[in-house]
Amino acid sequence: MNGPVLPPPLALLAELTHRCPLKCFYCSNPLALERRHSELDTNEWRRVLTEAAALGILQVHFSGGEPMARDDLAELVRHAADLKLYTNVITAGVLLSDTAMAALSAARVDHIQLSFQDSRAASADYIGGYAGGHDRKLAAAQRITAAGLPLTLNFVVHRLNAERVAEMIDMGESLGAARVEIAHAQYHGWALRNRRGLLPSRAQLDAVTQVVEKARERLKGKLVIDYVMPDYYASRPKACMGGWGRRFINISPSGKALPCHAAETLPGLDFPSVREHSLAEIWRQSPAFQKFRGTQWMPEPCRSCERRELDWGGCRCQAMALLGDSSATDPVCTKSSDHYVVEEALAELSADGELSARVMAPAGKSSRQRADTRAPGR
Amino acid sequence: MPHLARGVRLHYDEVRSAWVLLAPERLFQPDDVALEVLRLVDGERSVRAIIDSLASRYQAPRALIAADVVTMLQDLNGRGAISL
Repeated sequence: MNGPVLPPPLALLAELTHRCPLKCFYCSNPLALERRHSELDTNEWRRVLTEAAALGILQVHFSGGEPMARDDLAELVRHAADLKLYTNVITAGVLLSDTAMAALSAARVDHIQLSFQDSRAASADYIGGYAGGHDRKLAAAQRITAAGLPLTLNFVVHRLNAERVAEMIDMGESLGAARVEIAHAQYHGWALRNRRGLLPSRAQLDAVTQVVEKARERLKGKLVIDYVMPDYYASRPKACMGGWGRRFINISPSGKALPCHAAETLPGLDFPSVREHSLAEIWRQSPAFQKFRGTQWMPEPCRSCERRELDWGGCRCQAMALLGDSSATDPVCTKSSDHYVVEEALAELSADGELSARVMAPAGKSSRQRADTRAPGR
Repeated sequence: MPHLARGVRLHYDEVRSAWVLLAPERLFQPDDVALEVLRLVDGERSVRAIIDSLASRYQAPRALIAADVVTMLQDLNGRGAISL
């Protein structure tokens, strides 16, 4: 089913925690955020990193939530660096003090991706739900470049900030970033819940694309701009995660191994825990990682499509969210007979859509039920 | 002088028995020819010196080697892996 030899994964997404000082409307974390007491401890993460290197993983992305909310981040980065893994810290930056920066530098972090919510403080702080956050992030950017590290600025773009993409790219230049990511929100987790208020109009999207293309031309060789289109306006789906179980392993804060960070929205899959299985075993043998790997699982029109090994059928979580069927062709594809649901979603987007801030459910309650029973596309 | 950009390094991957170029949130798996070029990108050799070095070792016409090297360096520069 997987060909004669299964290549090892390239990257590990280590979601160290779901805790985060920010409350972004577009967060792609699950609605049911995992709590601190369920998180893997330092030794468990160290073992996972050791297994990752042995398995052939080359890059580790320390993410979250906010990875700096863990006090062992620098220790884990150091352990990964000792294993010759390439280390990337994906952070909101509000906790990146001088002390924290010095610890990460000493741990030999390779790269930091710093998120901003907008180019202007008032709007950024509103979107992130954190007063003073934008200014803290600006200070963090200076600390990162002063430490001699390569800096990527990440902007998640949506209806509330799409007009300011040119300013975002200017920020990248003025803060000395080597890369800027202009990434349209992907509608999973909190972003899916808030989709009506976040999804940009076609006119907004076209304007953003034009700004990005012009800036790329002007900044070629100086600043790399990575641009992620919103799926809903595409005619062909993305190869989500480079294909299911092909490149990435995502570990949730409590140690569940997932082919992508939203995979827990898919019913009927038993995601193995690194507390019980080695990464090698998970990669090679777990039913969850094999479920949508390759092309055998595909329905038509994917199965006979010439793009089947380019987009690998698109995003399973999107098929689930929009169609209630995780094995369906990603409805973003215009070849899908269900593509109309995407068009319906675009028709209902609204300037005054209500937005829910990302928050952990109060202790003892779970937002899980609410999350899983919410009819998508309604 | 061309050199690897900040945060970029050439790494020997023991598991795959192959060299990879590791960069911020991306990686490149160079073929043998690209690897020969990358090994000469050390911040001390000029583009001309890189071409000279390759021309002295390979039979191909210098102009052809030069075109390949320049194309490759520009491509990796555009993707943020090499500073020129």
